[in-house]
Amino acid sequence: MSVLILAEQKNGKLVKASLGAINAGSQIAAKAGIGYDVLLVGVGAKDAAAAVTNTGAGKVIVAEDAKLEKYLDELWADTIVDAFNAAGATYLVGLATTQGKAVLPRVAAKLDAGMASDVIGITDGGNFVRPIYAGNINAEVEIATDKKVLSVRGTAFDPIAEAAAATLEDAPVNGDPASYNKTFVKMEEVVSDRPPLTEARVVISGGRGLKAAENYKIVEELADLLGGAVGATRATVDAGWIENDYQVGQTGKVVAPDLYIAVGLSGAIQHLAGMKDSKVIVAINKDEEAPIFSVADYGLVADLFTAVPELVEKIKANK
Amino acid sequence: MKILVTCKQVPDPDIKVKLNAEGTGINTDGMKFVVNPFDEIANEEALRIVTKLKGEVIVLGIGPKAIQTQIRSCLAMGSNSGIHVVTEDTMDSDCVARILAKVIEDEKPDLIIVGKQAVDDDAGQVTQIASALTGYPQACYACKVDAEEGKATVEREVDGGIETVEVNFPAFISADLRLNEPRYASLPNIMKAKRKPIKSVSLDDLGLTLSPKVNMVKLSAPEERKAGEIVESVDALVDKLINEAKII
Repeated sequence: MSVLILAEQKNGKLVKASLGAINAGSQIAAKAGIGYDVLLVGVGAKDAAAAVTNTGAGKVIVAEDAKLEKYLDELWADTIVDAFNAAGATYLVGLATTQGKAVLPRVAAKLDAGMASDVIGITDGGNFVRPIYAGNINAEVEIATDKKVLSVRGTAFDPIAEAAAATLEDAPVNGDPASYNKTFVKMEEVVSDRPPLTEARVVISGGRGLKAAENYKIVEELADLLGGAVGATRATVDAGWIENDYQVGQTGKVVAPDLYIAVGLSGAIQHLAGMKDSKVIVAINKDEEAPIFSVADYGLVADLFTAVPELVEKIKANK
Repeated sequence: MKILVTCKQVPDPDIKVKLNAEGTGINTDGMKFVVNPFDEIANEEALRIVTKLKGEVIVLGIGPKAIQTQIRSCLAMGSNSGIHVVTEDTMDSDCVARILAKVIEDEKPDLIIVGKQAVDDDAGQVTQIASALTGYPQACYACKVDAEEGKATVEREVDGGIETVEVNFPAFISADLRLNEPRYASLPNIMKAKRKPIKSVSLDDLGLTLSPKVNMVKLSAPEERKAGEIVESVDALVDKLINEAKII
């Protein structure tokens, strides 16, 4: 009996939120009086292993094989099932990233395990708290099966503190990529020099108030000044002003940075679901009735086209 | 070509949901129910595919009698017939997926299109569980589908960008926000939908005995944020951020 935590890596670099997942896994393990291991899958997993070695895990298990080069949810899930069984695990903890969300329910099905999605807390009794109705309500759920799977919201758990080193172990990739009636064709990445949205300390989001795609440069200037990431709303992504990868919200990315500045966005329920746990929220909008003001710590009712450039100048002057 | 889509009844997502007085569920006073927006998108995509490739769209709904309204809404968009699995039981994602897998076994569709998540429970598991149970491939979070005889090329919205996969039928697709904009049902189509067949079946008819693997223990309201303040100028904002919040 043990907890297996599925960390994520990309090209050999650890996805930072994995350290939050390991924290969540370690809490579950402590409550159940069992140990925990960390699993990394994919090409580059061995390189990323160094970043999770000192996390108090018993083992860091690495499943790396050329078969994994062309990403398939199905092959990933089967690899995880095999590693889970080999480790004698009873809990599987992963991240609520698009990969985690697509893969973990498959693993749950194959293990005949119940799964709790997007967990934000663990109760004393070992139940899980998760947001429902776009985060307007929190549900405490109990997984009734012996084996339990959960995806955790990366922003809800602090990174695990440094701890004793784990031993490294290889795991096989037994699946045959050709057997799934599915082919990976290509991945078109959004490339950016800015920090990833889900890891940034500061996020500046622009909404429909920007009026046109090129006005994102107003948001970008402020983001670059503060070393932050750029976020967007459903409205601007739908309008084609910015790629979907930037969308913050119930069905986009959930972020909880130290500072979230909402520029020209009204604050629809679905958008709030993606950022209401930010430590400090600032709203700049010329409509004083905009719902975003109800969650903002500091609200400025002003025209963003004058206010944001002025904000940039004043911050520069204060540095 | 036969496409099966799902249709979940959910509270109107544009209305902020509140807990009932006992904290055991949501306050349903004056609540309006709609088709889960992602399932509507799934239904729309199915209709576009059968327009191109000729075929039929079957709408599956699971729940008490009242959800038939939502199946009819999907039929009013143009889908051909419905299947209503009538049950008062509490379902979790696993239960729903097992019902879906059984209906798929009986109906043998080429394609199964499901909304990526239901906007009430936000669990987002049904497609993937059913895919694992049936062994048919999944293409989740579809923002573009190009279907032809026997297969589909699907663009998926994932963290980091857009991934393209090709799935052979039978296959699952889960519909994401930007896959399409669902049509409004015209009045003639709403009238026609009243006469389209909806087959009612029970879990017994399907030979299924189900019990949820995940149970709701209790509901609570999240901690409210402390009320904020309106600042009068950019200068005031900068001052607050530097000196009060100490965040820049």
